[in-house]
Amino acid sequence: MLIKDLIKLTSCAVIAQRMRSFLTSLGIAIGVAAVVLLTSIGDGMQRFVMAEFTQFGTNLIAINPGKTTTHGASIGIYGTERPLTIDDAAALEKLRDVEAVVPLVQGNAEVESTHRQRRTTVYGISGDMPHAYRVEVALGRYFINEDPSTPRAVAVLGSKLRSELFGSRNPLEQRIRIGGERYRIIGVFAPKGQILGVDLDDAVYIPAARAQEMFNRDSLVEIDLLYRETADVDEVVASIARLLSARHGRDDVTITTQQQMLDVLGSVLAILTFAVAALGSISLLVGSVGIFTIMTIAVNERTSEIGLLRALGGKRQQVMAIFLGEAIILATLGGLLGLVIGVGGAQLLTLLFPALPVHISWNYLIAAETLAIVIGVIAGVWPARRAAKLNPVDALRSE
Amino acid sequence: MIQLQQIHRIFKVGDQQVHALNDLSLTINGGEYLSIMGPSGSGKSTLLNLIGLLDQPTSGEYTFNNQKVTTLSDDQKAVLRRDQIGFIFQFFHLVPRLTAIENIELPMVLAGIPSTERRTRVSRILDAVGLAERAHHKPEQLSGGQQQRVAIARATIMQPSVLLADEPTGNLDSASGNDVVEILEALNQQGITLIIVTHDAALGARAMREIKMIDGRIIDDGHQKPR
Ligand SMILES: Nc1ncnc2c1ncn2[C@@H]1O[C@H](COP(=O)(O)OP(=O)(O)OP(=O)(O)O)[C@@H](O)[C@H]1O
Ligand SMILES: [Mg+2]
Repeated sequence: MLIKDLIKLTSCAVIAQRMRSFLTSLGIAIGVAAVVLLTSIGDGMQRFVMAEFTQFGTNLIAINPGKTTTHGASIGIYGTERPLTIDDAAALEKLRDVEAVVPLVQGNAEVESTHRQRRTTVYGISGDMPHAYRVEVALGRYFINEDPSTPRAVAVLGSKLRSELFGSRNPLEQRIRIGGERYRIIGVFAPKGQILGVDLDDAVYIPAARAQEMFNRDSLVEIDLLYRETADVDEVVASIARLLSARHGRDDVTITTQQQMLDVLGSVLAILTFAVAALGSISLLVGSVGIFTIMTIAVNERTSEIGLLRALGGKRQQVMAIFLGEAIILATLGGLLGLVIGVGGAQLLTLLFPALPVHISWNYLIAAETLAIVIGVIAGVWPARRAAKLNPVDALRSE
Repeated sequence: MIQLQQIHRIFKVGDQQVHALNDLSLTINGGEYLSIMGPSGSGKSTLLNLIGLLDQPTSGEYTFNNQKVTTLSDDQKAVLRRDQIGFIFQFFHLVPRLTAIENIELPMVLAGIPSTERRTRVSRILDAVGLAERAHHKPEQLSGGQQQRVAIARATIMQPSVLLADEPTGNLDSASGNDVVEILEALNQQGITLIIVTHDAALGARAMREIKMIDGRIIDDGHQKPR
């Protein structure tokens, strides 16, 4: 039997029972639509989160004090680990392939201008920060070339804090008080937005040593380091570990590469999306029961036709192919309908809720359609086999 | 040529055995015109199904065109049916959703014959059975006699050597029944072996060889009558 004729023969049977075929396909369509919709949202979320994380670039390394084991517990048995210092950061700058080093001190303080005041986050950082975090200076300048040991009292505002304190007035060279100390504003950052709930625009940035003084600390919360894109990450990590071990007398820091974080995050999110897709597939399962039922009924109704096909010289596999083909056509059409509904629904969602990150991924579309077809095969195989196994004489005699 | 030797066909129904064919031997030469008659339940249809390779004898030997067919595989028998044997049934057995043409094409579709060749063959045979204007009608739009003629066209489209008809006129009025028989006899004139099972004595008597069955046995193998 030619494939063309098989398709014609099976689609003819599907068309002959329009309403029934449509309803059966609808079961699959709903399942596929659910998979498409859910994965589009899942994939959109994943992309959104990944974009949030990569907006600082991907060749960042974070160094934190203390050693974290794989279980997440700090090893404190040798006494307290030595804190990370601004001197550590300065030493790291001299390493090969290191482009920028940002010592980080963080705290909350009252920020006052002549008119308003606001409690906000204070970041103590270095001149490398805009380069390392990919932030632009929108207004004025940044405290580059500051002597880290005797930094001046200068501050750069996040864009939101600037409008909170100064509205549309020019804040440059204005005096403000941060935690009671006087600072001169030398610049304003361009908006960077939120990253996982942390608003980088609603913050003030001052030299790290100043922040240490303000919060009465010698240590850093973290050192962030940007390495050259062409460099080998493992080598950079190793050289950092060597340097800090030498300076501290033992290996007492945790070094995390951005890539590691992204990998873990990416795989967690991918698993989530997959789980959501699996959830959607449950409705596909329901659709497959519909195909199974309808095909079983079709075999019963058309028993004498099966006998006829065998009398005309049809082989068992040909009878099987015809009925399996019908199940596959039902599933395929249902799947295509589901794709249309799912993609339409996803687009409608973006229209209605622009904030919701929805991303339609070809991979999931193809996977959903393939799954629908596979389900058609599985649901159709038993009825088709039953048709093929019928005794032709008995089949012919049945009404 | 068809040769049946000591054929038994026993059906098991519960613990009961039905001896539908009982030690039946029969030889049919190519081009013969045969009628099989007998009371209901005498095994006529069982014999026809067996000759048509739809059924297996419980024991005995069946040779079709010098080939022992009792040992053939299911697929081999299907191919033999397709190429060598045509069936005509009392209830026509047309596929209701297919047109006359598509019904006639079915054996060729199963044989994998491309559509261009199918079209030429079908149009030729439609003329032969007088249904050229009904080509695209569905079975429900055809009379009983027309439906049976479509069935005959379908049974002969593969140019089989044997035509098996189980009460081909049983569901037709005498006029259209007569048309059908004339078509079948014309095919026999062209050399096809024709075997008709019938309850109609007049129809049975038209055959060159009349076989009478009772209780799964042949009680009268008629004799070659002159044409
Ligand atoms: N599949 C079967 N299972 C059990 N018994 C069967 C089966 N097929 C036929 N028989 C029995 O075999 C015997 C012969 O049946 P068959 O159909 O050949 O008779 P027939 O001569 O064609 O009768 P009719 O003229 O009524 O068509 C009957 O007794 C019937 O009950
Ligand atoms: Mg019968």
